[in-house]
Amino acid sequence: MTTSSRSVHPPNDYPAYGSTALRAPKQPLRVLPARLGELTAPLLAGETIGALDHDLTRQHDADPLGERISISGRVFDQDRNPVAGALIEVWQANAAGRYAHLSDQHPAPLDPNFSGAGRCLTEADGGYRFVTIKPGAYPWRNHPNAWRPAHVHFSVFTPAIAQRLVTQMYFPGDPLFDQDPIFNSVPDPDARQRLVARWSLELTEPEWSLGYAWDIVVAGRDATPLDDDGAE
Amino acid sequence: MTLPLTPSQTVGPFFRIGLSTTIGSHVVHEGMPGAVRISGQVFDGAGEPVPDALIETWQPEGAGRCATDDEGHFAIVTIKPAQDGGATGAPHLDVSVFARGLLTRLVTRVYFPDEHAANGADPVLRTLSPDECSTLVAVREEGGLRFDIHLQGARETVFFDR
Repeated sequence: MTTSSRSVHPPNDYPAYGSTALRAPKQPLRVLPARLGELTAPLLAGETIGALDHDLTRQHDADPLGERISISGRVFDQDRNPVAGALIEVWQANAAGRYAHLSDQHPAPLDPNFSGAGRCLTEADGGYRFVTIKPGAYPWRNHPNAWRPAHVHFSVFTPAIAQRLVTQMYFPGDPLFDQDPIFNSVPDPDARQRLVARWSLELTEPEWSLGYAWDIVVAGRDATPLDDDGAE
Repeated sequence: MTLPLTPSQTVGPFFRIGLSTTIGSHVVHEGMPGAVRISGQVFDGAGEPVPDALIETWQPEGAGRCATDDEGHFAIVTIKPAQDGGATGAPHLDVSVFARGLLTRLVTRVYFPDEHAANGADPVLRTLSPDECSTLVAVREEGGLRFDIHLQGARETVFFDR
């Protein structure tokens, strides 16, 4: 079984995703002889995270429109250690598929009660939890009649730069997966499925919200490209 | 048995709503002794500025983050990292570049122009041609240092395997 970062992560040179054309470097990546470093300074003070920053449904006067959900899970490193104190930041479209961003021109309604951003620090066991609404699918101009499957953007920031990860979480059973080049840019189908959350009856709160479970695995603290087994 | 990694996906065009403020562009206060402003522009393969990139810097003293503006400009205020010798070589910042159109982050380094001897002995710079090295060493300019990032083209920045 391969755990190489090369086979897990998408290549930047991926023509099906049109925006790569002028942005993916043309020269091969160089291999660093030494591992990437770690911060000795505090990542950030815990008090900068508000008590409700993890709840995207309680940032305004009224409830946002949409299907209320929770997304929870744990962050591990490749060596099975829980990653405590990691900063997780999320952002997403609203239930109609529109981001609260000036550049989003999709003619779907904005929701005055939904900004679409949240953050938290992982607990001692690597656990995190967000409350939000399920984002809508939306069109984009990558290819004719292109639509992004519903997704939540996730950023995981730890003291070790080798662990830095920005990714997207998807919802099970989405009919849009097959035509989405971003989802399909992950070469290994098993790895691709690790971007899809699992609906969980246990995490679903009766008469209140649907629960989704999604664990995240980042590189080991000492990871270097040379340490990856099964490199291709 | 190790756990399989979660794959990377692009940061997309709208990351500012989620990633703008938690980590700031000032690793240190501007007035701190030794504080240096490192600014630059990000360019694509057509030589156009990239207005939707996110730059993150990483060094033992702390992390910085800055999104590019409409002209592709970013700026980080930090200090030169303490040189610890050994395998890590000359003082440098590790840099991650995220953007729409990048499915995984790019990793590069900023070296300092006043570290001529250390740069010459650096185990990474020593493996690169002079032209390649020049993409990684910041240049002095009014008010600080300049470090442009070219994603493609004749002056393509040297990027490292993550």
